[in-house]
Amino acid sequence: MKAIDLQQVSKRFLIHKTREFAVRRLGRKSSHTVEPFWALRDVSIQVESGEKVALIGGNGAGKSTLLGIVAGVITETSGKVFRNGRIGALLELGTGFHPDLTGRENIHLNASLLGFRRTDVERELDSIVDFAELKEFVDEPVRTYSSGMMARLGFSVAIHVDPDILIMDEVLAVGDRGFQAKCQEKISDLTGRGKTLLFVSHQMPAVLAMCPRTVWLDKGRVRMDGPSQKVVTAYEAAVTSLPGKTPLKAR
Amino acid sequence: MSTAASFHDHLYILRNLVAKDFKVRYRNMSLGILWSLVNPLVMMGVLSFVFTVLFPSLERRHYPLFVLLGLVPYNFFSLSWLAGTGSVAANANLIKRVPFWRELLPVSVVLGNVLHYVIQMVLLLVAVFWFVGFNLQWVWIPGIIALQVVFVCGLSLLTSSLDVYHRDVRYVVESATLVMFWLCPVFYGVDQIQEDLVWIYTLNPISAVIYLLRQICLRALPPPATTMLKLAGVSLGTLFVGAWVYRRLKKDFADYL
Repeated sequence: MKAIDLQQVSKRFLIHKTREFAVRRLGRKSSHTVEPFWALRDVSIQVESGEKVALIGGNGAGKSTLLGIVAGVITETSGKVFRNGRIGALLELGTGFHPDLTGRENIHLNASLLGFRRTDVERELDSIVDFAELKEFVDEPVRTYSSGMMARLGFSVAIHVDPDILIMDEVLAVGDRGFQAKCQEKISDLTGRGKTLLFVSHQMPAVLAMCPRTVWLDKGRVRMDGPSQKVVTAYEAAVTSLPGKTPLKAR
Repeated sequence: MSTAASFHDHLYILRNLVAKDFKVRYRNMSLGILWSLVNPLVMMGVLSFVFTVLFPSLERRHYPLFVLLGLVPYNFFSLSWLAGTGSVAANANLIKRVPFWRELLPVSVVLGNVLHYVIQMVLLLVAVFWFVGFNLQWVWIPGIIALQVVFVCGLSLLTSSLDVYHRDVRYVVESATLVMFWLCPVFYGVDQIQEDLVWIYTLNPISAVIYLLRQICLRALPPPATTMLKLAGVSLGTLFVGAWVYRRLKKDFADYL
């Protein structure tokens, strides 16, 4: 069964070139132009249930837009999107925590937004807090948390809502080594139980370690889709051959 | 989107969103929810002083209660509509990160204000009971307030979705509430308006609510059927239009926040 099925998905953002005040435009020819920007073009990706897929690509390649569409936060301009099962999404950091609420209150709010019932939240609360290693801070407002603590809490909530499809955007970039290792372990535990993973990262070792399959997005299109080792090698070759984009090591 | 989620899930989310606004609003305050009582009490005191000592109203008995029966519903209307209008933009972080039934945002903000409204209304009714007395027509009051809430929810759905695309909308709403204050019978009564204009007045749900509350509380009269029907019609119609516009616009919220 397919967990995610994207058929020729395109996303167009409208960029308002001159956000001039309407008052100033009065009586003049409008200089207000709207330019379309295609973040995704005809992207077709099928992900089987239980598959682990990494998305790679440079900045502005459309990775986050794609995750947003799969998560149901962004609406596609054209194409078809099918998803099977409950989605646990961790898009950007913080996952919509309110800074003035405590960790505990944010867990309740977030878990309910992600589809958890009250009894579920109460049952899992300790486990969420334990995993995030925030026991002594859970009743402090989230604004007092470090970015690492916030990321840990976000990750912990996202995996505890028992998602069928786990969507992660650059979550492993924060948090210390120990926590990263714990996350990877938890993710493979989930995927081992037939859960699907869609994962964006710039860290190629993490991609290779976690996902057998990688999709390389380039300027909104699928440039390559296949076994991670092959795609990552091609991607790194392309990145290093770009003029002016030589990695530090080679200089 | 979480279209598969059941009614109970939505209710739980709604509760959490209302609780969030509540906690955020009263965090670090020593009086907390008591502010909801202090404000109307102060207002009642000042109004009673002004209209019984400074400018005693000769033709109207219980003028302070009369004004409060206009002011309390009006304040609920203007505060919750304004807060509702900004609710989507204010929760950009949730919109951009978590898929959930977006309609819950403005509705939760309005419902959060209903709590204050109910507290103030109860307080006001205690005063009415004390000075005027109880009558059986009071049973209509919850229904009238419910229709008003429906109306404000509809308005908020409409303006909150428009506000995402044009942030001017919140200032339009702000001006509208100022203008409406004088166009609603807060300090005067519907009976003072030229008779041929009354039908327009009662088309405005806020005027209708004020009129009906006064009929019931101060005159012990049953609400006129035509006014009730107009109130119900306009409120449900507004909810329908607001929900329809919101539904069309919510798809691209994340792109504009």
